[in-house]
Amino acid sequence: MLWRLRTQLQTKWGKTFMPEAAERELTFAQAVREALAEEMRLDSRVCIFGEDVAEAGTPFKVLSGLVEEFGAERVIDTPISEAGFTGVGVGAAMTGLRPVVDIMFGDFLTLTMDQMVNQAAKVHYMSGGTWKVPMVLRTTLGATRRSAAQHSQSLHAWLSHVPGLKVVLPSTPYDAKGLLKTAIRDENPVVFFEDKMMYKLKGPVPADDYTIPFGVADIKRVGSDITIVATSSMVQVALGAAELLEKAGISAEVIDPRTTWPLDEKTMIESAKKTSRAIVVDEGYGRYGVTGEIAAVIAEGAFYNLEAPVKRMGAMHVPIPFSPPLEDVTVPTEQTVFEAARALCGKA
Amino acid sequence: MTIATEHSKTDAKTEVQQWVRAYRRMVMIRLFEEQVNELYTRALMPGLAHLYVGQEAVAVGICEALRPNDYITSTHRGHGHCLAKGASPDRMFAELLGKEAGYCRGKGGSMHIADPATGNLGANAIVGGSAGIATGAALSSKRLGTEQVAVCFFGEGALGQGVLYEVMNLASLWKLPVIYVCENNLYTEYTHYSETTAGDILARGTAFGVQAESVDGQDVRAVYTTAKKLIDRARKGEGPALLLCNTYRYTGHHVGDINREYYRSKQEEHLWKTERDPIQNLGNSLIAQKLADAATLEGIKSEVRGEMKAAVDFALASPYPTTDQVGQNVYA
Repeated sequence: MLWRLRTQLQTKWGKTFMPEAAERELTFAQAVREALAEEMRLDSRVCIFGEDVAEAGTPFKVLSGLVEEFGAERVIDTPISEAGFTGVGVGAAMTGLRPVVDIMFGDFLTLTMDQMVNQAAKVHYMSGGTWKVPMVLRTTLGATRRSAAQHSQSLHAWLSHVPGLKVVLPSTPYDAKGLLKTAIRDENPVVFFEDKMMYKLKGPVPADDYTIPFGVADIKRVGSDITIVATSSMVQVALGAAELLEKAGISAEVIDPRTTWPLDEKTMIESAKKTSRAIVVDEGYGRYGVTGEIAAVIAEGAFYNLEAPVKRMGAMHVPIPFSPPLEDVTVPTEQTVFEAARALCGKA
Repeated sequence: MTIATEHSKTDAKTEVQQWVRAYRRMVMIRLFEEQVNELYTRALMPGLAHLYVGQEAVAVGICEALRPNDYITSTHRGHGHCLAKGASPDRMFAELLGKEAGYCRGKGGSMHIADPATGNLGANAIVGGSAGIATGAALSSKRLGTEQVAVCFFGEGALGQGVLYEVMNLASLWKLPVIYVCENNLYTEYTHYSETTAGDILARGTAFGVQAESVDGQDVRAVYTTAKKLIDRARKGEGPALLLCNTYRYTGHHVGDINREYYRSKQEEHLWKTERDPIQNLGNSLIAQKLADAATLEGIKSEVRGEMKAAVDFALASPYPTTDQVGQNVYA
């Protein structure tokens, strides 16, 4: 197996939280559901709509149980009309509700693009700050589920490109809960990407009401020889690669920006200055993508401290193929990140 | 139309006031747009504008039937909708000139006037782009129990956009208080609508179980009467409606569209302007029914002309936003 999701987190946690030994564990999916349930209890304006979100709880079962607690008035099944119900979300957000719109597969974002890019992102600015769109669009990304080219893409770079949107990419159950609660309370349109391959990932999640601020990167592992900036499930891949690197005598620092906008440039630049080498790993396409943007940020900010060019690792520039051996080579893995990092450190 | 006979004197007086008010508002839109054209030709206005001249009875008739806190969404040809819903001409002109005193602090311009105070969710420069927003506002109204109705104005060109049908389906399923107002001014930009629109327009609503009716969009009283019925019905929870208003765009697609003979004849324009003008016809009818006299109506025109002049002067004298504002309001 080229890469697999780890079921036990063995990493150093960020500044905001240090789990105790007997900390409660939830899966990533449970953490998402808990964030939604807590916010829906706190604020009656919060509602969910999307395809098969109610009794079905989505095909990934992330929302199971919510319709039973909150009713069909707040957990609303829609027709298969992504553009339509995303637009309804924009209008509802402007007029007093706080919708969490569910787009089952990130590939279907293409159908919502006018609503997200021309409407949601611009309403506040175009109206001179008079209307607001406090809406969350939850969707998925990630390959290796054997779902082929229209159910496997990671299109978060598209949304990160657009002023007016915020884009969130949680990499752990803990982050998923805290970041989703922040997203729901935000006054702006927020796009929240969940790697569908991480839904079963377990990790410590406090039962408390906690939030994680946007634009604050988390140092998932401290190191001194190379910086690996990674997003979403690629954080787990980077942490696996960091262990392989440690055995090879290389100390890797793993940084998770957690939000691609706002982007915590400072933490990444400081880390690269310290280690003098950096790799950026993201499951979107490399070209014109998140890796390119972050690599540029690091190159601009840490240029005089770098010993090597910043390396970008993204999805191969092909539509995601179906056949497992073909699909597996399209995304970065622990092994490929390990090898790239070792080469960058001159130890290949 | 018999107005006064079946009602008490008080009702009759209220109705007269209503139609005189409607007359005044239509005149205001007409003269506003004349000023816009003037600003454009004198090169005082940045960019372009899409004039509402000829279609005044649609916006005024529908907004007469709305409550102040009801919602509207508007289009690139939206000045009339905004004014009919209660926008103030001085801040409208200021926005058209990109001034800080404008409704959007100069960030929106002609195609994006928005105003929470009058329930205006914003004009939209994507054809059909506000159908989702209007439907979402109706969802909020239903969920929050506020009894507000949302009106989605769009031109017949938007009939080509799929999202319109997606939200009609949703609105019908959820019985949302939203009225889809299709203004068929016969031309989608420079192309006659018959070249772009197959089948029957109203059938596109009834297919979804949406109450669909059409009305003479040049007759403000007919527009009002039909709109009132559909709006009251929606407010009571009886579901959405599609209201087709047959109207005509007197001028070009935008202020720069001067030579139009390649897509429509001058005779056609002349016919609509002379025989089907909504302001002229309402005025004649009020005079014929002795509900207003010619002098009163002339007085209104002259008063409104003065108001428009003052509003333009206000906008011209207003300062531009300072450049440090360019990065403000990207995020709330």
